[in-house]
Amino acid sequence: MLLQLRFDSKTVKEPIISRVAIKTGVPINILKADVGARKGEIIVEIPDDKSKEIESLFLEMGVEVHEITKSIARNDDCVHCGLCISICPTEVFQLNSEMMVEIKSEKCIHCGACVKVCPTMALYFPI
Amino acid sequence: MKTIEEINEKIKDGSVCVVTAKEMKEIVSELGPEKAAKEVDVVTTGTFGAMCSTGVFINFGHSDPPIKFRKAWLNDVEAYTGLAAVDIFLGATKPSETRENYGGAHVIEELVFGKEVELRAIGFGTDCYPRKEIETIISLEDVNQAIMVNPRNAYQRYRAATNSSDRLLRTYMGTLLPNYGNVTFAGTGEISPMNNDPEFRTIGVGTRIFLCGAKGYIIGEGTQHSPPFGTLMVKGNLKEMKSEFLKACYFPGYAPSIFLGIGIPIPVLDAEIARSTAVRDWEIKTTIVDFGVPRRDRPVVREVTYAELKSGKVEINGEEVRVSPLSSFYMAEKVMKELKKMIEKGEFLLSLPVERLKSKEVFKPMKQKEIRIVREFMTKAVTIGENSNIEDAAMLMINKNVNHLPVVDEEGSLKGIITSWDIAKAVTKGAKKVKEVMTREVITVFPEEPIAIAISKLEKYDISALPVIDAKRRVIGIVTSETISRMLEV
Repeated sequence: MLLQLRFDSKTVKEPIISRVAIKTGVPINILKADVGARKGEIIVEIPDDKSKEIESLFLEMGVEVHEITKSIARNDDCVHCGLCISICPTEVFQLNSEMMVEIKSEKCIHCGACVKVCPTMALYFPI
Repeated sequence: MKTIEEINEKIKDGSVCVVTAKEMKEIVSELGPEKAAKEVDVVTTGTFGAMCSTGVFINFGHSDPPIKFRKAWLNDVEAYTGLAAVDIFLGATKPSETRENYGGAHVIEELVFGKEVELRAIGFGTDCYPRKEIETIISLEDVNQAIMVNPRNAYQRYRAATNSSDRLLRTYMGTLLPNYGNVTFAGTGEISPMNNDPEFRTIGVGTRIFLCGAKGYIIGEGTQHSPPFGTLMVKGNLKEMKSEFLKACYFPGYAPSIFLGIGIPIPVLDAEIARSTAVRDWEIKTTIVDFGVPRRDRPVVREVTYAELKSGKVEINGEEVRVSPLSSFYMAEKVMKELKKMIEKGEFLLSLPVERLKSKEVFKPMKQKEIRIVREFMTKAVTIGENSNIEDAAMLMINKNVNHLPVVDEEGSLKGIITSWDIAKAVTKGAKKVKEVMTREVITVFPEEPIAIAISKLEKYDISALPVIDAKRRVIGIVTSETISRMLEV
């Protein structure tokens, strides 16, 4: 499962992810981190069966937690050019037999690289 | 042997045999070109890609009192007005003056979609055209003519792009990841119009084509036409176009552009044409060039076929690199099928060119005034070793009256750079050695690079000097913004 963690000016200074990892013994995979002096946003991958335990620990430590259930999506502006294919680090996009761009969304790590390069601005993260 | 007239008769009586270029490959490999030429009358080819050299002539009719446009904008995108009073040319890549990621392409798309756009213009105020400004809302229905005229479309093939530099590049070929991180390519290869008629026997001036859902015409060779990198100049009525076959886009860091669907029917007059419409991707060669070198003649990384590019992976320097198309094969196929349907229904007759396109043409570079290179602006670099003391560096700067010291090893290879600002930092930090405060990621230039490249690097990285290095990274000089501005002023 993917979690979006939001840190405020206090929590951003604490080694919270390490604490949670040590306390639970669960390895936490950081997929994307945007951490500044006053706030931070980190996307982590955790095992599904430990998600409740880990989520409540983060909450206890003052971190805002959102489960990411929806991954990259596209609107009708897509013309199936395929520019996104080689940009995606995890090969989410592929051309199918009809030469349409197919999205394997379970591989998406929310890096957002494709959103920035799509020439028709057809890609987005649903909220 | 068949004639165009015979094929057109068949189109009219509904007995015509039309296949797409994709289907034709199979037919020729099965029947051979002779038999295929007897069976098949028309092959539809197609492409659907971003074509920057696209625009629309619009005539708005006269206002009362009338105006001669001095400047005109559609949705804040400026159009060319150096024509008659109310004629304009709106180019696809012209960016909006007020909206991000929006440009001429988007205005064209909105017009085809049936939307209204804002026309704003200022006039000269002449005796015959007294009005000085106008603001109104127009749609495609309101204007007299809206004729798409594109100086360069439907590239036969195109150079694929990659990036050797350590910086992400945002180009008209899409985003190119650093260190050969990806390859992008344009064109549809074996189904692309000109690859199916490389001698231009049927594709020429006057050939009726499918342009974004409308019937259009080839009006000549396109700009930069240089077979086998051939191009077409085309026209078509914007009012008849279908929004499905035209899509505005935006390449971050470059400009707006527009995806166009272009289909060209190739009459199968004889076995020779049948053979040329059987061309396969592995026979169509192009090169992968390096956009990491910001020069006109970008270095060729390797030769490649469209089959390799379409496979999604190519090898560069022994490593597998992922490939992205920029043209939509899905939409290109839709174009071929739509054109096929139009011909089968008797709605689209073929025409022979009234003049053939040149099959040989050279694409010349721009004639420039003398290009000045870095070597002319280079001064001797005062260098220092990385283990030297800060005091020595400071002393050297004062004695030699310089602000930058490239830091080198025993062989004279560049290791870093230290500036007078770094010295100040060293004092506050209490650093002793040059290597403690020097900048290690040094921006450099080569002596034979145009000075314009050095200037753009200075601006881009907001720095005031660049060490000039040779291929072995040995420091051979330095260019400073001071020297450049002094020399360019004279």
